[in-house]
Amino acid sequence: MTEKELIETIKKIVKPYVQREEGFKEFSKETEFIKDLEINSANLVDVILDVEDEFDIEIDNDSMEGMRSVGDAIEIVKKK
Amino acid sequence: MKKRVVITGMGVVAPNAVGVTNFSRAIKEGKSGIRFFQELADLKFSCQIGGKPEISEELLSEYFTKLQLRGLKASGIKYGVIAGVDAWKDAGLPISEDAAPDYESGIIFGTGILGVDKFREAIHLIDEGKTRRLGSTSVIQTMASGISAYLGGILGCGNQVTTNSSACSTGTEALILGAERIQQGKAKRMLVGSCGDHGPYVWGGFDAMRILPSKFNDNPENASRPMSANATGFVPGSGAGALLLEDYETAKARGAKIYAEVLGGAINSGGQRLEGSMTAANNEAVQRCIKSAIEEAKIYSKEIDTVNGHLTATTRDAVEIENWTEALQRQGKDFPYINSLKGMTGHCLSASGSIELVASVLQLKEQFIFGNVNCEEIHPEIKELISEEKVVRKTTPAELNILAKASFGFGDVNAVVILKRFSE
Repeated sequence: MTEKELIETIKKIVKPYVQREEGFKEFSKETEFIKDLEINSANLVDVILDVEDEFDIEIDNDSMEGMRSVGDAIEIVKKK
Repeated sequence: MKKRVVITGMGVVAPNAVGVTNFSRAIKEGKSGIRFFQELADLKFSCQIGGKPEISEELLSEYFTKLQLRGLKASGIKYGVIAGVDAWKDAGLPISEDAAPDYESGIIFGTGILGVDKFREAIHLIDEGKTRRLGSTSVIQTMASGISAYLGGILGCGNQVTTNSSACSTGTEALILGAERIQQGKAKRMLVGSCGDHGPYVWGGFDAMRILPSKFNDNPENASRPMSANATGFVPGSGAGALLLEDYETAKARGAKIYAEVLGGAINSGGQRLEGSMTAANNEAVQRCIKSAIEEAKIYSKEIDTVNGHLTATTRDAVEIENWTEALQRQGKDFPYINSLKGMTGHCLSASGSIELVASVLQLKEQFIFGNVNCEEIHPEIKELISEEKVVRKTTPAELNILAKASFGFGDVNAVVILKRFSE
């Protein structure tokens, strides 16, 4: 999967949790889940489960803590 | 001086109707909400029928965001939110997106057990070693106060937001607790009510106790038979009822429509002493609760025009009637009219009190008594206590001023409230 495809896939995954549409319009590698998209911190857990399902991987707690931005998520997916 | 408390909004999700207008029509027509469930038959339940409100996905999307609906399995939360939001809107109150909560409005919304289907999902995942797969809403859907928490967030209430729990007296207790808070001047508005989940995991325990009817699986609509000679047990139900209580002066100032006035109520327990037990009421305590409610309401027992009883359709119905006759010191032709909603809805357990309160308030507002269904032949012990015509079998217009509503619950707990047709 190319990086562009990865970004698109993650964009699709986070869409239901986004509470700030302006942030979602400018979705990029730099976008931060909580700061830019105002995703409820409790929902980050659900985002991670959805990412796990989509890529058939398991994201451990340490990796999860480092997952602030779309770019972080892509790095984690690539590593797995 | 206590503040006057009035009811300015209502919402209901009952097995036989959803929404106050539909519910009003349903109870006048004696419409049954009891159905057969193949799921219960497959699980080898003795009683394979129950009362479950019919809620479409479309309706749900009017009350919950798409995000809230993801993985939402707590049926009690679905019912409670629909009823609670309806009551709020019916009272003409806005749902504000303001940053500041409404510190004058609170919520007391009870339940017996919440999110059972969500809990079941969690149990399976945990037992498979997949705790990390539970997602973020397992806690909020299964904590008892999940229902008041959901409503509190949707409505932005900033006063007390809590959940009470007292088995089948939960809904009536919630109304009394909320009314007292307004009487004391601690809140201007209290959204009160109760909800209950449906399904085998809620109803199974009662089936095991063999207190549900097992001979009506082919004939569900005739199964729930309060006060009848051949009542054989209660039919389990589910749903939610909600009432918006408001300080009278506040309601008047904003020109709110007023359904009825809450004169006062009483809550007590029989301590599981005398004939009281975990599952049966201490009669002395029941009578005391009725008398205390009358005292609290500052009325005379002879002023009560009609009673909406607990009356679950077990052999205990006659005992309840006897308690009423003793507490009111009225019997025979002197006894008020009496009815039970459970013939149509079954016994909605923790939701029963609030659903039946909505029915009670409608009777006062629209001046009618709904007919008892499935009660062609009144139980002989009841006939000895009160005149047959007091057990109204057909919905009839009636001039009603004061209504008494009672709910009793496991743990030997009682709640009785006195409502009055509203006048300045």
